[in-house]
Amino acid sequence: MARKRVKFTFPQDLITQAVIYYLGHKFKVVTNIRRADVREDMGWVVLELEGEEDQISQGLEWVNATGVRVDPVAGDVVEG
Amino acid sequence: MTHIKCLTCRECSREFPIEPLNVCDFCFGPLEVTYDYDSIARSVSRESIESGPLTMWRYDDFLPVEAEAAVDMGTGLTPLIRAKNLGRVLGLENLYIKNDSVNPTFSFKDRPVSVTAAKALEFEFDVLACVSTGNLMGAVAAHGAKAGMKTIVFFPADLERGKIVGAAIYGPTLVAVDGTYDQVNRLCSELSDNLRWAFVNINMRPFYAEGSKTLGYEVAEQLGWRAPDHCVVPGASGELYTKIWKGLGEMVDVGLIDKANTKMHLAQAEGCSPIVEAYRLGSKQVKPVRPNTIAKSLAIGNPAAGAYALQTLQESDGVAVSTPEDEIVECIRLLAETEGVFTETAGGVVISALRKLAKSSAIKPDEVTVAFITGNGLKTQEVVDRYVEPVFIDPTYESFQKAVEV
Repeated sequence: MARKRVKFTFPQDLITQAVIYYLGHKFKVVTNIRRADVREDMGWVVLELEGEEDQISQGLEWVNATGVRVDPVAGDVVEG
Repeated sequence: MTHIKCLTCRECSREFPIEPLNVCDFCFGPLEVTYDYDSIARSVSRESIESGPLTMWRYDDFLPVEAEAAVDMGTGLTPLIRAKNLGRVLGLENLYIKNDSVNPTFSFKDRPVSVTAAKALEFEFDVLACVSTGNLMGAVAAHGAKAGMKTIVFFPADLERGKIVGAAIYGPTLVAVDGTYDQVNRLCSELSDNLRWAFVNINMRPFYAEGSKTLGYEVAEQLGWRAPDHCVVPGASGELYTKIWKGLGEMVDVGLIDKANTKMHLAQAEGCSPIVEAYRLGSKQVKPVRPNTIAKSLAIGNPAAGAYALQTLQESDGVAVSTPEDEIVECIRLLAETEGVFTETAGGVVISALRKLAKSSAIKPDEVTVAFITGNGLKTQEVVDRYVEPVFIDPTYESFQKAVEV
């Protein structure tokens, strides 16, 4: 089993979508929310995913394809 | 001596031991170094600092490593230049340029990396690593060489060769990743989770970030032990900006300066200005963007310290300013032609923001203002290449007279 910490950023039009619920149902991934801030115009959720490596990575590809941005929890690590 | 107490989560305030950790286990918030300020206050004085080494390590009491363990290449104590010519152009009588482009690898990144390399040795890491598009890789490669560590630098495969050379010369393992910016980002986060390496701005980030505080200390000392009225600082991850503010606050806390009523202004390029955008909207959260700017050293679309930069803007009553892309090169030239300082694109962003702040009277003419120039223009020559227009002549006096007005 693998674990991955990620941050989802929801654009305004996806805030009401149950993306995290479907991630846990479409893929064998346990989702564990640790911190979140959801407002009218934008929202982000920091969470841990647990599951087999391929299930996590397929799940994240699916989340990305919905239009929700997926980032490492520590933000961008590529620096100038 | 170091007065480090623990690591503290910036979100939930949980405390952690001094280990190579960057994220809180509970809420995944970022960790920051906490010190025993009473102990620092007992240990330092203006005199003790003034008699210290002529480098950033004169402020070792405020850093998370022992000075004896420093990987010191002569970083810091860079010139604070009274910028009378540029000040005249902008209508500012007390303008200073903090020229941090003259550090050993020609950018401010030597400060955080100097601290990180020392801490990495203390943690008994063998490998110093980073992922970078320029300045950081040079600093890591050089400090790794000096520290006798194995060094690995990752970068996007389409990076300009000139930028790679600035790191390659120090002998690191160079890894060109054939992928998008986001893919490179994700890969390196994953590598950091799985390998026992000191990734300077990932698992070592709490210690790394502390090095930037020294810019704040230096400016205060160089101004005669006082904080400036205004700082104009480039914004990428937001870490440098917040740490200069932290540094000034610490100097007040331990009694080295009386007060820090400094207005901290943050400058970003229009093509990548997520912090400025959040500031404009009055938001407490930063919405990530896809960078599209010539200021590559500021091209961080999802800034790690973005929310804390917004806090600093609020606390200090500063202004966040974005610079039109077409003003960046113009302002690189303005600084070069008035003060003889050749900066990279981030410096152009800062000077353009400074001009805007002066014009809008956010900075009053007599207020003490410091603009932070954090990288050297020799690193981004391609952006100013079109201004190279020599006059060609025959090797005769007549030809010279004909071509050049003296």
